[in-house]
Amino acid sequence: MKLPPYTGLLKATLELAEDGTPVMVMPFHDDVLGRPGFLQGGAISGLLEVAAIAALRHALENEGGGRIKPINVTVDFMRGGRGLETRAAGRITRLGNRVANVDAFAWQDDRSRPIAAARMNYLIERD
Amino acid sequence: MNFDPTTMPIGMANGRSFGGHGGRLGIRYHARGDDWVELALPYSDELIGDEESGVLASGPIIAMMDMATSIAVWQKIGAFAPHATLDLRIDYLRPARPGQTVIGRAECLRIARSISFTRGIAHDGDIDDPIAHVAATFMVPNGAYPKAAK
Repeated sequence: MKLPPYTGLLKATLELAEDGTPVMVMPFHDDVLGRPGFLQGGAISGLLEVAAIAALRHALENEGGGRIKPINVTVDFMRGGRGLETRAAGRITRLGNRVANVDAFAWQDDRSRPIAAARMNYLIERD
Repeated sequence: MNFDPTTMPIGMANGRSFGGHGGRLGIRYHARGDDWVELALPYSDELIGDEESGVLASGPIIAMMDMATSIAVWQKIGAFAPHATLDLRIDYLRPARPGQTVIGRAECLRIARSISFTRGIAHDGDIDDPIAHVAATFMVPNGAYPKAAK
């Protein structure tokens, strides 16, 4: 899966979970810093969005592909993002013919303690 | 305390920029009114989220709107108060035009004891033809916001 230039700015890379679904991994670095010692909320949101789109593209590939257009995103910030590696993964709630509903979670050392969660709606234009 | 929170962004307009993530994205102060503040996100190839169309990723726009709505709260109080974003919702009304600087205008609707409510509009030149609409809430983690100066 080819990642857009913005993921390079985040220094985010793609890894695959055991079931083959994509997980984005982002190291802690100065370019994603907000207040001292913590990730900027926009960088966390960006990582969540990239993870959601990766999950959606992965799912769409199995159905013949298609173009993805974002409609809206709601991000909840649950914990400060500390100076650690951050992972994010998308979970598709429903992949319809024209609309996909996706949840994404970001976590650091403990997946059961997410630092942020997002809910996204995407418009799908199938190939 | 006679602190003008807009002196910080205005300082940035005079050559200083935000540090950290905002600075890396190229976000800078743009303009202000009595009850609103605007930041600017210049277009850059590094911020592209869709290579086919050249449209910006949403992350940088969310980062700018998070900063702009946050500054709008400090502008309303007339003081800096450390707070954290509780949630932020963005509706993408249309794609940003490749090559255009995105402007983020934000205002604070209300400051409660420890929660503040804001909204914002992102546009690329014409505020009547917006790119995105944002609603964000913030929270003071411990304690309360200072009383508004006016």
